[in-house]
Amino acid sequence: MYNQPISDRSLIACLHCDLLQRLPELPPGASARCPRCDKELWRRREDSLNRTLALTLAAVVLYVVANSVPMLGLTIVGREASTTVIGGAEHLWQHGPATVGLLVLFTAVIAPALQIGFMLAIVLGGYHERPPRWVGTLLRHQPTTRTWSMIEVMMLGVLVALVKIADYATVIPGVALFTLGGLVFVLAAMQASFDPREVWERIEWAEGGARPAAESEPMAERAS
Amino acid sequence: MQLGLQNCGVCGLLSQPPPLVEEGRCPRCDEELSFRKSASFQRTWALVIAAAICYVPANLLPVLTTTTAGGAESDTILQGVVLLWSPAGWPLSLIVLVASIIIPSAKILALAYLLITAQRGSGENSKERVRLYRMVEFIGRWSMVDVFVDTFTAALIQLQPLMSVEPGAGLFFFAAVVVFTMLAAESFDPRLVWDFASPKRG
Repeated sequence: MYNQPISDRSLIACLHCDLLQRLPELPPGASARCPRCDKELWRRREDSLNRTLALTLAAVVLYVVANSVPMLGLTIVGREASTTVIGGAEHLWQHGPATVGLLVLFTAVIAPALQIGFMLAIVLGGYHERPPRWVGTLLRHQPTTRTWSMIEVMMLGVLVALVKIADYATVIPGVALFTLGGLVFVLAAMQASFDPREVWERIEWAEGGARPAAESEPMAERAS
Repeated sequence: MQLGLQNCGVCGLLSQPPPLVEEGRCPRCDEELSFRKSASFQRTWALVIAAAICYVPANLLPVLTTTTAGGAESDTILQGVVLLWSPAGWPLSLIVLVASIIIPSAKILALAYLLITAQRGSGENSKERVRLYRMVEFIGRWSMVDVFVDTFTAALIQLQPLMSVEPGAGLFFFAAVVVFTMLAAESFDPRLVWDFASPKRG
């Protein structure tokens, strides 16, 4: 059973303290915070869809490269070894605690792929004037993929491992290591340039299009 | 909540449940709505306790076993930190110490503190407590560092019979601590911190 939306659409409640307040109309780049608990309520992005699309496509390229070439190699007394990101997870799957191997695979390979893929689909769907409902489904799960996508944490781990190993072997940083370094920044920029509220405002409602588009009521001044 | 409105945690739309219905759905994004995250106290407590239990073997069991011609040697997380500690390597050692020992224990303690104060109906320091919650939420993922360090060290150092490194059982419990604390942070509802706050404000 669906809830009844309230008539005043500029009213929102803070997610962290439930304070009822009015969201002011913001110029691009500005943000609004909750007056009680300081939670950021909305940050309006400039040219959100175009910029996010560009960064998402860059992320796709970097992701594919990062997962197809070796990340780390080493030589020790004439012997060589190298590994890819997936290779690390695979080794644990076979030799170590297998569940940890799955966790590494999930956080370093699968979740980032979902994060980038969902974003690409959301942005492409977001170009519609009334984005279809499947955009909302993806938009709902995108924050979860972001929580579990841990490329930047993996990078720090790899750097620590690299220095550790450098004590007894010559370490050869692979192409994927630099690509991943770039991917960390591109992913952060991709998330930062995206404005989910802007898409939610236009999206086709789950309740079967019973509601008109959001722009009907004028936004009032902030009341706190 | 007093006004009988439900806030959608997914798309941010405020809506009113139909008469005599506790849990409706968001008309915009189809999310199931409730006034507060369901069974937040019970779920968060369960996950925090599970994390605290796993924390013990995570620190007592070895995370890495190094086999060389001279024999095998097992290290726990703490021993790994000590091993890394050298005039040149102390910054790395510090990273592992903070990410693997200080952050997980601080997270467990912080969540327990948030749960206890919210359940006792404390109305004090609400702003600071919700800030603490955001820190726990933000910093949680970084404890995974040691899991990645050990994964790639083990994957790379496979030079039998010269030297090989294998992950140990401690790594499993350690990863469990990280996952449980992350899930606990997610299931905690920060609005519970405010439900008993003094009504003067807001």
